[in-house]
Parts: sequence; structure tokens; C-alpha cells
Amino acid sequence: MTIIFMLIAASLFIAVVFFILFVQSVKSGQYDDVYTPSVRMLFDDELVENKSAKPEKELNSIN
Amino acid sequence: MVIQKCYHCGTDCDAEPIVFDDKPFCCNGCRTVYEILNQNELSCYYDLQQSPGSIPSEVRGKFNYLDNEDIASKLLEFDDLATGVVNFYVPTIHCSSCIWVLENLNKLNPGVKAALVNFPKKEVRITFRKEEISLKGVAELITSIGYEPYISLENDSQVKKGVDRKLIYQVAVAGFAFGNIMMLSFPEYFQVDEFWLNRFKPFFRGLMFTFSLPALVYSARDYLISAYKGLKKGILNIDVPISLGILVLFLRSTYEVASGTGQGYFDSLTGLIFFLLLGKVFQQKTYGFLSFERDYKSYFPIAVTRISPDRKEENVRVHQIEKGDRLLIRNSEILPVDGILLQGQGMIDYSFVTGESLPVTKSSGDKLYAGGKQTGQSIEMEAMESVKQSYLTQLWSNEVFSDSQTKNIKSLTDSISKQFTIVILSISLLSGMYWYFTDKSMAFQVVSAILIIACPCALALSAPFALGNMIRLFGKRGFYLKNTSVIESIAKTEALVFDKTGTITANNATDITYRGEALNEKEEKAVRSLLRSSNHPLSRMLYQHLPAGENQGVLGFTEIPGKGIRGKSGELSVALGSSDFTEAAVARQNETAIWVKIDKKVKGRYVFSNAYRQGIKETFDALGTNYPISILSGDNEGERQTLRELLPEGSSMLFRQKPEDKLEFIRREQETGKKIMMFGDGLNDAGALAQSNVGVAVSENINVFSPACDAILDARSFYLLPKFTRISRKTLGVIKWSFAISFMYNIVGMLYAISGNLSPIVAAILMPISSVSVVLFATISTNLLAKKMLY
Repeated sequence: MTIIFMLIAASLFIAVVFFILFVQSVKSGQYDDVYTPSVRMLFDDELVENKSAKPEKELNSIN
Repeated sequence: MVIQKCYHCGTDCDAEPIVFDDKPFCCNGCRTVYEILNQNELSCYYDLQQSPGSIPSEVRGKFNYLDNEDIASKLLEFDDLATGVVNFYVPTIHCSSCIWVLENLNKLNPGVKAALVNFPKKEVRITFRKEEISLKGVAELITSIGYEPYISLENDSQVKKGVDRKLIYQVAVAGFAFGNIMMLSFPEYFQVDEFWLNRFKPFFRGLMFTFSLPALVYSARDYLISAYKGLKKGILNIDVPISLGILVLFLRSTYEVASGTGQGYFDSLTGLIFFLLLGKVFQQKTYGFLSFERDYKSYFPIAVTRISPDRKEENVRVHQIEKGDRLLIRNSEILPVDGILLQGQGMIDYSFVTGESLPVTKSSGDKLYAGGKQTGQSIEMEAMESVKQSYLTQLWSNEVFSDSQTKNIKSLTDSISKQFTIVILSISLLSGMYWYFTDKSMAFQVVSAILIIACPCALALSAPFALGNMIRLFGKRGFYLKNTSVIESIAKTEALVFDKTGTITANNATDITYRGEALNEKEEKAVRSLLRSSNHPLSRMLYQHLPAGENQGVLGFTEIPGKGIRGKSGELSVALGSSDFTEAAVARQNETAIWVKIDKKVKGRYVFSNAYRQGIKETFDALGTNYPISILSGDNEGERQTLRELLPEGSSMLFRQKPEDKLEFIRREQETGKKIMMFGDGLNDAGALAQSNVGVAVSENINVFSPACDAILDARSFYLLPKFTRISRKTLGVIKWSFAISFMYNIVGMLYAISGNLSPIVAAILMPISSVSVVLFATISTNLLAKKMLY
């Protein structure tokens, strides 16, 4: 049953690692703005859309 | 006819919208933004949200001062030869489209390396390559698509401070300790007298002790320190019984573990600290985009254009202006100092200072006061004072604004904690004495058990959760409070004081009334036609006000700036303008009016006055049943009669109040023992707001500006004011009920403790249950309260 020392040591080690990771993530500012990323993740490459339509629109503006 | 909404910004278009690409636009500015975005593959902006944009403002020359190295260095967060990082506050950020387009800024200009939006704070952090685009370029770029950065004198003196994240770390440590100790103490709760368990007991207990140390030393330190400070001053605040509980918990547990008599209460200890800190977190509701600490600095410009004696324009920091400097003030720039108008036509809008939204006309030689905003053409002025010595800014040298003065309010929790502590101490003393004479060995156990169970965790959580939740609910209805203690202050308010202009009158609505000899149809048509040719803001307003109809041609139209307009409209020669321009007999002070003269005869005048907010009478009637109301106005007595009709009987009115007078008035009232809630809007109310027990800034656009205050009220929610005050009082009732609940748990626990039966497992169950039920009660009842009354 002395294996319990090792098991507890291992579990504690993991717990402490997670704790340190959490503190680091707070320190780097990840929790300063918790709203914007939730919006940002919904964007993807909406950019390429109207390359072909572009010249027409410029024509319109000339007219 | 259906009024079309602008495709870009969603405002109603005029009768003839600008049509571009089959889409209606309200103005050329909006159309330009659409064009820019469309040509740069960013038209998705309009798909994410409907009409997300805002009308771009005039850019030219506005950001010239950013080329000044001195000023630029104040704004840049990071600066080296190749790259610069700037963090702009952009009030117009309001939807997901805004985030998207700003973060794709590099499509518009490749010089921008990256842009990151912080939505709650309405900030955008832009990293750019300095050789490709300058700071001025960046500012102009985002302004051109409708996101004008807000740069003020505040940026000049800003200390770049880090974010305080201590509380999060404290919660993390306490939670970490709580979770791990819980796991370790579980085996013993089942009381199995088993060989292996008994062997590992000392090891488990030692670990629990080790885990509790950081929670005690780091997470709970604020409670211990506050209790110590309180005791030193002779105050029994709520932190005293809490600290007592924490310390007794720790000492008794340590003793039990060290002597091998038991497992201790380490899980209760860390759990207690964890829950208490959670309450603190919940209480801290901050509105990232609002600031409650503003003074004139957040409104004044950071730089101004100075004209040197050899007529060269240069940009200087506002703090460097000296007496005698000649300054150039462009359209919609703010006068940073008092001065004399030298050249140009001054149309000064003092709405941020006094709340008066109609611009005042000034001509060469007139004195100008700092804080006004020039509208119309550029003017030149001579500075008469430096910034700090101007009429308005002098108000900030008053002692109310010095940091040492803090509003000292005794919170409900603190006032109850005194009696609570005394009762607990006497109970433990009495039962300690009883046990001392019956069974000496039990005395220590019983006394410590009483102190443990009496630790007012649930009590301490009632107020943070009830008030914290209420702050959030108020915020949803446009009433933003600085912190939770403001609710208590509102509940204790005994008298209300209102500023007039801009607070109880609306900025965007103007009443126009005609006084004098009535105009017939023909004359009115002549007046209307003449007005159509003028670009003066008052002319535009009056033109909009007059009933629409057919217009006729005007011959010989002349406009004398600052005076009026004249011309032959149809068969009538009409003159419109100031009283001396039309040679009207009586000149009236402090009245904004257009006089009408037709064929050499003065007919009458159109008087412009600010309209009162909608439903103001009902609001005052409802408030008047509970509070005496006073009005402090900087204006003359012209409105006395109207106000008397609006206000409930017995209200007092004071006119011609200077900023200092308002402050003095509040102070005098307070000296009679009254708690005052003051409502104001402009910079001239700042002193009174700071002096009052609760200072509320009423604002039509909460993003733009409000003076330092305890709460910001969105003008659209003004009519809810009687309800806000009533709910605040009821919230205190909710807190008292949750106190009662937490006392109930205390009594139950006390029975266990006095009889000497408090086992760790009872403590470990009782403590979280009492806290959770109090938290649930507080949040649910405040939610119900708000639902019933605010919606």
C-alpha cells in the first residue's frame, strides 16, 4: 500500500502543474477580456467574397 | 412615403437619400465608408450586423498634432525604430461588425501589422510599421471608416498601470487548497477504523495542514489585515468575527493534528475562505467602458494649434500654453483655456459644461471660457490663462477633489457585525464558564467550536450577492453604479437635488415657441423661404420646426455672421436675427431667440428653449412623495414658472448658481444632517456631485463624457428613477432577510457547539449549506424584485 505515497505525489504534481498554468494564463492577460474572443472565434475568412464584383461597383461610381 | 434607413449607419435618411450601389445612404460620409470597405473586400461588415456603422467625422487637420513627437510618445505604448503600438479608446465600437472590421485593418493599410479589439473596454490596440504609416495615419485611417479614437488631455498625464489581478490569484489559491483538502479529508469522514487508513492518517493530516497554509497566509490575508486595522481603530467590522473564526479554525485544527486527537477542520477553513472570496469577486462588477473618475482632463484636448508671431502653425501640448499665445480652434475643437476671440465667428457649444445645447454666438473681442466647443468655421483666440487657472478648471482645486476625502459610509453589514461579535463573544464566554465547572477538558473544545460555527460566512456573503446582483440588474436598465455601496447610499438618501439644463431637460430636443404678433400664412411662407438659404444652426432648427410648405424665391439674401439674415422674400422684405439686428426694442438677457422683422416692423420672436425630458412630471411626482426636491440652475429665473408646475409643492429652486455655489449648497444641506443625492450632467456640476452622498451623472450618450460621480444614469432611463430608489431600499430589506437566514443556521450550529458535539463533518456540511442557501436567496429575490418593478 505504500504505492499510495507515489499516487498522491503524482496527483499533487499534476494539480500543481495545472495551478501554475492557470496563474500563468491569468498573468498573460487571457482573462482581462473574456467577451471579445467569444465573438472573434465566429469570424473566418469572410474576406475573399467579392473580388469579381469589385470592378462593377467602381463602374457604378463613375456613372 | 417610406423613410429609408441608411445602409451604413441605420439613421433615417432625408427625403432624398444618396443612392449608391442600389443602397440608400444618409450622407456622403457613410457612402465613402461603404466604398472603402467594399473595395477592400471588407463588405462582409454589413452581413454580420445590420447597419453597423457610424457617420465618419471630418478628418482633415484634426490629428496633425500626432506628428508631434512629444505627444506621440505619450500615446504610444511601445515604440522603437520599426514598430509602434498604440491603444486607442474608440467610443463608437458597439457590435461584432466593429470588432471584425477593426481587426482586419491591415486590409485597408498594409502598414498595420495587427489590431486587437477589447470589446468591453471599447479599445483597439494597433501595432503598426512606422516606416509605412505614422501614428497620425493610423488615427486618420480608423476615423475614415467611422471609428474616431478619443484622445484627451487625460492621455497626457496617464500613468500606465497594470491590471490588478490579486483577487483572482487569491481565489485560485483558496479553491486549490479547498479542493485538495476535501479529497484528503474524505476517508476519515467515513470513520472506518481500518488498518491502512490508520497508517496513512498522519500523512494525510500533514498534507491538509500544508495546503491550508497558503490559503491562510495569502488568500485570507485581506480579512486578517482589515480586522486588525479595525480593532486598532476600535471598530468591530465584519472582518473581526470572520478573522476570529478563521484563526480559531486554524489553531484548533493544527492542535488536533499535532496532538493526534482528530483530523481538524481544514476543509471548512479553506472552504470558508474560498466562498468569502467568491463573494468579493461577485461584488466587483466593473463597466470597462465607463469611467467614474473623470475630470476636465478626459474632455479637454491633448494638443492645440498655436500660431506663432510669424503666422506659422504649430501643434503644442495643452499644458504648454501660456498667457498671450495665439491659438487656432477648428470646427468641433474644444477651447482649452479662457481667452479672447480675435478673429472669426464664434459659435460656442457649452453643453459639456452647463448642459445647454444651443450654441452661443461670440464675436471678435468677446471673452471665451474654456470647455466650450467651437462649431462652424475656425476661429483664432488669445489665451488669457494657462489651463489650470481657467475659470472652469479652478473648480478642481477645491478640497472635495483631493484624494484624502473619502465618503465614509457605514454599511449595513458593518453595523450589524458589531452586535453580532459582542453576542458571540458573550455566548462563548458563558458556555466556556459552564463547561469549565462541569468538565474542564471540554471547555477549550466548546469555546473554539462556538467561535468556529459562529464565523459569519453566510452573513458576510448576503450583502455582496444581493448588492452585486442588483448592480448588474440596474446596469441592464441603464443605471450604472460605481460599486455596491452606492445602492446602500441611495437607500439612505433623504433629499434629491437636480441640476436643470441637460439633466432634467433633453439635449437633443428643443422647444420653439413663437411670441408676439401672430404671422399670417403669407408671412410665414416668407420667413420659411428666407430661412432655407441660411446654414446657421438656429435657422436650420427653426426651418425644421415650421410647418412644411411650398417655398418661394428670395432676392438679395445677405447673411451677417453673428447678427442675422435679410432678404426680399416674395413681396415682403424680411429680416431675421438678434434683437439689435432687427432693432427690436427690448433685448432679453439669456434668451435664445430669433426676432422677426417684416417690412420694417418687428413682429415677434421665436424663442428656443430646451425641452424637458419626457414624463418628467410623473417622475417628479413619484419622487416627491418620498423626498424633498431642489433644483440648482446656473441659468436665470426665466423658467421658474414652468418648473413650479412640474415640481411637486414645496420644492425649492435656486437660480444663477455658479459651480462653487452648487457645491456649497450641498455642503450646507449636509451640515443639517441630510443625506443628499445629486443629479447633474456637466462639468460645472462636478463639485456638487463629488460633495453629495450620491452623485449621479445623467448622460444622453454614456460613452462620451460624464463628470466624476458615483453612478451614471442613461437619460433614457430617467423615468425609472423612482423605481431605482425604491428597489434600492427594498434590496436592503433582502439583505436583512438573508441575515435572518444565516442567523438561523448559526443557531442550529451553536446548539451542536454548546453541547460539545461539533464534529468536523457537521461543520463541513453546515458551512457550505448555509452559504449556498443565503446566496441563492439573495440572488433569486433580487432578480424577482427587479423583474417585478423594472420590466
